[in-house]
Amino acid sequence: MMAATAGFDFHRWRLVLLGGLLVGIVLFAAIFAPWVAPYSPFDLDVTKMLQGPSAAHWLGTDELGRDVLSRAIYAARVSMQVALLAVTVGLVGGTLIGMTAAYFGGLVEQALMRAVDLLFSFPAILLAVVLMASLGTSVLNAMIAIGIVFIPGFSRLARASTQAVLRQQYIEAARSIGMSDVRIIFREILPNIMAPLIVEAAVAFAYAVLLESALSFLGLGAQPPDPSWGNMLSTGRGFMAQAPWLSIVPGMAMFICVLGFNLLGDGLRDVTDPHMRE
Amino acid sequence: MNDTVINLVGVTKSFVRGVNAVDDVTLSVARGETLGIVGESGSGKSTLLRMILRLMRPSAGAITLDGRDVWAAHGRDLKGVRRNMQAIFQDPASSFNPRQSIGKILAAPLEVHDIGDRASRTKLIGETLERVGLPATTVSRYPHQLSGGQRQRVAIARAVIMRPAVVLADEPTSALDVSVQAQVLKLFREIKAELGLTSVFVSHNLAVIRQVSDRVAVMRHGKLIEIGTAERVFSAPESDYTKALIDAVPDPFRRFRAPVELESGS
Repeated sequence: MMAATAGFDFHRWRLVLLGGLLVGIVLFAAIFAPWVAPYSPFDLDVTKMLQGPSAAHWLGTDELGRDVLSRAIYAARVSMQVALLAVTVGLVGGTLIGMTAAYFGGLVEQALMRAVDLLFSFPAILLAVVLMASLGTSVLNAMIAIGIVFIPGFSRLARASTQAVLRQQYIEAARSIGMSDVRIIFREILPNIMAPLIVEAAVAFAYAVLLESALSFLGLGAQPPDPSWGNMLSTGRGFMAQAPWLSIVPGMAMFICVLGFNLLGDGLRDVTDPHMRE
Repeated sequence: MNDTVINLVGVTKSFVRGVNAVDDVTLSVARGETLGIVGESGSGKSTLLRMILRLMRPSAGAITLDGRDVWAAHGRDLKGVRRNMQAIFQDPASSFNPRQSIGKILAAPLEVHDIGDRASRTKLIGETLERVGLPATTVSRYPHQLSGGQRQRVAIARAVIMRPAVVLADEPTSALDVSVQAQVLKLFREIKAELGLTSVFVSHNLAVIRQVSDRVAVMRHGKLIEIGTAERVFSAPESDYTKALIDAVPDPFRRFRAPVELESGS
């Protein structure tokens, strides 16, 4: 604590580093999948169906003789794409709603926040399934559906943070200069509420990965033969006794990814919280 | 000599039914003069200032700046009102966006009102900083890197950079050390004289009010108790409340004037 002012405070950043390492591994695999994966995720080999881990296929093969490791690596791409877009939809949509509600107050606030409460009252999975059912099954729609699920959380956080900022004198100063509402919202308020929103985004990222897997597991997300951790789990379920690696591998991949983002989010919260007021 | 800049007629603000934070205040400020508004906390002096600044809507009454109704103005008229009336706030810690450099903070009013181009703005910001006694390098600094006194100098710079006709100051020195207070007050008076500003200066501190004001208004419980030239109000207060206020000011020489009771008291 005392010596921490000079140099890098490892203890303080340890969660961020560990989370960042795990997230980094998953992101690396997702971005460089064609170079990292030993095989194509689509190559069938009926002579090698349901083989256990071996030197040629480190994590075994699936019911159509495809390399499980390669499929898990390519699946990371789907998960990352869906999570990234979904979190962006939730972050942008929720932040705009929350800032607008808090800034204008009154009827605007009531209308926006009650609409958000309505969304919030549905269980996340149910809401996502209903949205998917009405939008149609595709990866893009999964992104949008999961993004909408995130809007209430971000809205509430953005609203509460905005209310705190609105009490600061620099908002009055901006108004008395003659600054427009839009400019005050984006120039004076937004930069001052970003820290908690970014923390929330990291945690939402983990949740998005889980939701995408759940939708794919139910057959609503990525469609076979495109690999996704959810649909890999779904097929693995049928071979649980003969080929447990079919379920264990995507399960572990999800575990590492979700743990990584949660650690990153928690770590960032710890780092930014007491730091805010210097 | 009847050049009125700010005119308030029957201005009232009630937050709760039946309780008026500001109660039927009528007063005017002439061009070039400084009106000091003094009163204890809760007297409504800051609320009154916020209504003039168009930050809080009055429940009743009219406020005009150069004959234009502040609250009825919109569009170009409103921009004119805003441009002509600038404010210095009380809390040097929270009156600046912590994420913006001083240069960006000072550029904001110029950008909002489309004054000059990038080069002329940079020049004007440099000159204004120099005038308030801050080095030119201040533009790249952030509010938390400055002291309270330096921040209030920046606040003065922000208020005068557009050459407004009126500057409204809400307790600009009450958060500062006494020695720094004096410097900031001196700067305020110099700049006011230089630019021929009309100003309203709100404070609970009688000594400060006495230093800066031409005329003084005393407020209590939202009502205007008395108003007059600074000299008259301080030397011959009309109301008992004003007398009590003036008597309450600690006077280091009082023990030499009044009968000394505590001979060896220290």
